[in-house]
Formats: sequence, C-alpha cells, structure tokens
Amino acid sequence: MRGARKGALVGTVAVAALSALALTGCSSGGSSGGSGSSGSTSGGAKTSIAVEDYYTQPTTGIMDKVYQACAAEENVKVTSSHVPGAGFIPKVLQQASSKTLPDVLMLDNPNVKQIAQTGALSPLSDYGISAKGFAPAIAQAGSYDGKVYALAPAINTIDLIYNTTMFQEAGITTPPTTWAELQTDAQKLTKKGVYGFAFSADNDGEGTWQFLPFMWSNGGTETDITTAPTVQALQFLTGMIQKGTVSKSVVNWGQSDVLNQFLAGKAAMMINGPWEFPQLSAQKKIVWKQSPIPTRTASQTLQSPLGGETFTVPNTGDKTKMAAAGKLVKCILSPANQAKIAASEGDVPGQISVATSFAQSHPLYAAIATSVKTARARTAKLGAKWPATQTAINVAEQTAFSGKASPKAALQQANSQKEQ
Amino acid sequence: MSTTSVDHPATRGAAAAAVPGEPRRRPSWLTREGPRWLFLAPAIAYMVLFFGYPVVKNVTMSLQHYTASTFFTGQAPWVGFQNYVTVVKSSLFTTTIVNTALFTLGSIVGQFVLGMLLALFFRRRFPLSNLLRGLLLMPWLLPLIASSAVWKWILDQDSGVLNQLLGVFHLSAVPWLVSPHIALLSIVLVNVWLGIPFNVTILYSGLQEIPTELYEAAELDGAGGWNMFWHITWPSLKSVVTVVLVLGVVYTLKVLDIILGLTGGGPANSTQTLTTNSYQTSFTLFHFGQGAAISNILILVSLVFALIYLRFAARSNTE
Repeated sequence: MRGARKGALVGTVAVAALSALALTGCSSGGSSGGSGSSGSTSGGAKTSIAVEDYYTQPTTGIMDKVYQACAAEENVKVTSSHVPGAGFIPKVLQQASSKTLPDVLMLDNPNVKQIAQTGALSPLSDYGISAKGFAPAIAQAGSYDGKVYALAPAINTIDLIYNTTMFQEAGITTPPTTWAELQTDAQKLTKKGVYGFAFSADNDGEGTWQFLPFMWSNGGTETDITTAPTVQALQFLTGMIQKGTVSKSVVNWGQSDVLNQFLAGKAAMMINGPWEFPQLSAQKKIVWKQSPIPTRTASQTLQSPLGGETFTVPNTGDKTKMAAAGKLVKCILSPANQAKIAASEGDVPGQISVATSFAQSHPLYAAIATSVKTARARTAKLGAKWPATQTAINVAEQTAFSGKASPKAALQQANSQKEQ
Repeated sequence: MSTTSVDHPATRGAAAAAVPGEPRRRPSWLTREGPRWLFLAPAIAYMVLFFGYPVVKNVTMSLQHYTASTFFTGQAPWVGFQNYVTVVKSSLFTTTIVNTALFTLGSIVGQFVLGMLLALFFRRRFPLSNLLRGLLLMPWLLPLIASSAVWKWILDQDSGVLNQLLGVFHLSAVPWLVSPHIALLSIVLVNVWLGIPFNVTILYSGLQEIPTELYEAAELDGAGGWNMFWHITWPSLKSVVTVVLVLGVVYTLKVLDIILGLTGGGPANSTQTLTTNSYQTSFTLFHFGQGAAISNILILVSLVFALIYLRFAARSNTE
C-alpha cells in the first residue's frame, strides 16, 4: 500500500512540475472550436465563412447582427466565435501553426503588424478594399511593408472626462487645457475621499496607452524613451501623485478600475475613452462632460493614441473562401456599418467623412471624432517591436510613480532593460 | 526525461520482485511481460503524449529563435543556448529569481505553520467541527480569477476593506498592492490563504492515522502537550510533512494566475516571478524561445525538489 501510494505521489510531483509547461507549450493540440473548415453545405451551395473576434457581451450581440446582415447580403453562411481577453492572441498563434485560422479575423490594431509580418494575412487590395478616406493612423496601423492588411470600421482614442458637479463646487468654470491648469484644478478638487484626477498606470498595456498623450504631445517619441520631453511628461504625472492629487493606486488600475473610481465619486477627473460613454450615459448619479487631454503649453497640439479593432482576411489557402471573406470584410467596413458599429460600441467611424457626419448626429462623440483625425498609431514607428517599448514605458511609469526611482532614472533603467 | 524519472522506480521495483529465480525461457517471458506492458501501455501513452511531448517541444523551442512568425511559417532557426544566455544575462532575471524564492519560501512557511495549527486544532472534536473544516476548503473551491479579483478589492489602498479595518484601530493605510516593497508580501499572504486548505487536509488525514494509544500512554507517563507533539505527532507525521512540503513547493513555484490577477507582476516588476516573466516574455513580447527557456529553468528547479522527495521516499522505504 505504501509503495502504491508513493508511486501515485511521485506521479503527482511530476505532473505538478510539468504543468508549468502549459505556459509555453501552448501550440500543441487544442480544439479549433467554431471554425468550420469543412465545406458543409446546408441549404444550397453557400460558402461557409468563420469569423473570429475577441468581443464580449453586449458587443458580441451587435457584431453578430452585423456579420449576419453582411452574410445575407453576400449570400454566404457565417459562423462567429468570440475568444475574449488574454486567450485571444495565443489562440490565433495556435491556429496559425495548425493551419486552422478563421476566414475573417479581427485583430486589435497594435497587433496587426506583428501578425502581418508572419505572412498569415492577405492584402486587402486583393478584395478591392482600399484605405482611402480612412483616418491616416488606422491606415498606418493596418499596413505592413507598404500593403494594407487590416482596417477598422470604428476607431477611438482617449480624452479627459470630468465630474461637472464637483467642478461647480470647486468653482472651476472651464476644463483644464494645460498641465499647470490640470494640476491646479486637481488640487482644488481633491478632498477627503476624492482625488482630483485619475488615470490608468497598470502594466497590462493600458498604462502605456494612457501615458502616450502626455509623452507625444510634449514632443516625446517611442523610438527613444529617455529624451527630455518624455522625462518631463513622466515628471509631471509623478508630481501629481506626490502632491496627493492622484491616488498611488493608479499603478494597479486598469481603465475599467478608473471608470469605477469616477462612477463612485472618488475621482473628479479621469482619462478614459468613448467606449465608456454608453455606460456613463446610462447612469444618472454622476453628471459628466468631456474635453481634450491637456497639453503642457497651450500652443502644443494634442497627439493621442489610436484605438480600434481591425478586420483581416487570413491566408487560409482556400481561394473561394478568401474571396468570400474579402467581400464580408468589405461589407463590415461599409459606411453604414461603420456608423452602426461606432454608435453601439462607443467609437467613431473609421472613415473621416463618415465620422464627420456621425459627429453631427451624435454630438457626444464630436470631440473624439476630431481627436482621431490626428491620432497616432502605436506601431507606426516601431512596428512589431512596439510590445518591448510598451513594456518598458509601463515599467518606467510604475517605477517613478511608486517612488522607486526618479522619472529620469526610471526611464533610463527601463530602456536599458528593454529586450532588443 | 520526466517519463523515465517517473516510471523508473516503479518498474524497477516490480521487475525485481518478479524476475529473480525464474528460468529465462522465451514463452515465459512473453506470457509474463506481455500483459504487463499491455497494462502499462495506457499510462505510458498518456505520459508520452501529454508530458513527454510538451517537455521535448519546450526544450527544442528554447533552443530556437521562435517568434510569432514561426507559428505560421514553421521556420525557427536553431540558436543553441542563446536564449538561455539572453534570459540569464537580463537584469530582470535576478529580480525574478529572488522574487520566486521569497514567494515560495514565504508561502510554504505560512501555509505549513497555519495549516499544521489548524489541523491540530481540528483533531479535537467539538460541535460543528466538521462543518468548519469543510468551510476551510472554500479557497480551494473558488475560481482563482474570482478570488484574486476579490482580494484586489480587499487590498485596495484607498477604499479596501482591510485598510478600512486598520483605520478603525487608527492605523495608517497600507499600500498593499501599490508599494513595490509590500506588494510581494501581499501576494504571499493571498497565496497562504489559498494554500491552507491543501495543508490542513493532508496534515489532518495524517494525524488521523496516528494511533490514539500512543497519546494515552504518553498521558499516563505525564507528558504535556508540547512533549506529545514533539515526541509522538511530529515523528509520526514526518512522511506526510515531506509530501506536503515538496508538493507545496512545486505548486507554489508555478503560481501564475494569482499574481497576474493581483498585480500583473508590478508595480515596477516587484512581483515578477519566473512564471509571470515566462508568460509575458512569450505572450506580450512574442519571444517564445526565451519564454520557453525561462520555463525550462523553472521546470529544472521543480525537478530538483521532486528528486529531493524521491531521495527521501527511497530512504524511508529502506528503513
């Protein structure tokens, strides 16, 4: 009995030791749920197209309707699968290695160059889709090596959202437009249980994304994160934390945590995006308004990062399906669908002209529609090397905010630590 | 490599018992060995498929320049030990090793001491003791991602329950997850909470196996509580304790979701361990070769503890 028990336990030890493998040994096996690559023909000879995205409820419902409407229009059958969160990119890579990529693949715009570089995507020009009229940043983010592989029906960026009741109480009449005003206003708004300002500085990518407007508008660049303008931007935000107008907890807040702070009345101003507008509009407790993110001096132009989910046609090798998939993507990118997706997701349409008319009918989105025209793609300069820099900026932010090192030293350290 | 280390002692023991004295005739060998292998086949197939293959794949991956493109093109040039060199040379490596060691040591000590105390406590039967012991299993039953979300809320600096409670006693708020100096400690505390059920369950069942006569005899001899623990409970529990500790170390070394859920390795890499670093190197930076190298180092460390356990088990068997 003892022996048997021992054997079982040795096995368990080995199992436990090896389960660490799950970390990297992801490529093996696994099911490819949803992607019906068998040429199943139910009800005539309709081509069956598999779409994959990372949307969650309630967006999945909206997108599924768009997919089905487009499918009816193009006379194809569409099945969609939604793989949310951190599991999405590993799943896409696994599908790439097992040659089971979906016919239409949604990708977050900063991932496009990485995936396009692998050769997994086909150029959209093959299907008569061009980036003409789209916001320059989204065309830029969707291109690799001079070809457009991905375009987004709806795009976004971030701006300053503030609690108007708290502004009135503090006697502030206009929202801040410069860093100095942001600091003074935040100081006035800070009281027991309320911080003047809140933003995300977590290390899941959202921290860097929210730091970019401060860094870029001040003249900083992602190609060298140790330059003076970037140091100055980090110095400014670190100062706000040191003065107590921003919570030290920002290093552990994602954008949804920031929204929760704002909705709980614990932050008077926050950085966040239009995708929160539907939720912000649905509640009545907090009265809010938005305005562009302040720049250091009034003469600087605001440069904010571009967000948005793009659609691509992977190289599956099946020409008929790829052609049908191309038609489907073209339909998803149509002006009508751009407006429909933008309105329900809380984004603005990807094409400038559509965005302009959208802004007239949806005044809430007017400011964002203006900002996205000059928004910058995160991967514009670094391409597939962006993730390493994104991580370095995150680490530098957290190092400076937690007081571990000065902003300058934090940026230099993070830069030298960066994987080449 | 794991397959051999696992199967070896068992096979050797069985063979030693069966073979001596038997004439080595072929038909006998067939009739004896054939069914044996047939019985072993499912286990071997399982091990090869689900442990052998990933291990081999992980080792080869760590010797290749394996990037996102590799998944599509299948091309991954061999780079020898370059990935290991890069990983070990990186300034983050020392941090992750120290963090992993502190995290493991802290968690094991905390879990074991509290687990042992609780197991001893539950040895006395009292009203509702079974129910309470059942409730202790709760942390085990909750999905990790849910419990880490709740802990994140509890440990929040400004409005977390824990700091509110400290406020009642006029203690200043502790930056549990926000300060790079305290975050690792907070993660250890949460992991201790999570590990207690495992320790209590195994130690409690170990305690049940100790004959009560021993305690009765000791009582007659006038031994106190401490003497009884030191001279009866502890020696009788020794093998169970080894199991708990070695398994605990291996389980703790590989903890990933709690850290990702609470801090994501931050702030400023202060809770970055071998597992989180391996995960991020692979899935954020897309350096799969380096990620595999880090996780191989982790496997090697786990294996050392598995071998320590095997050593101990072999010795106590011969005694």
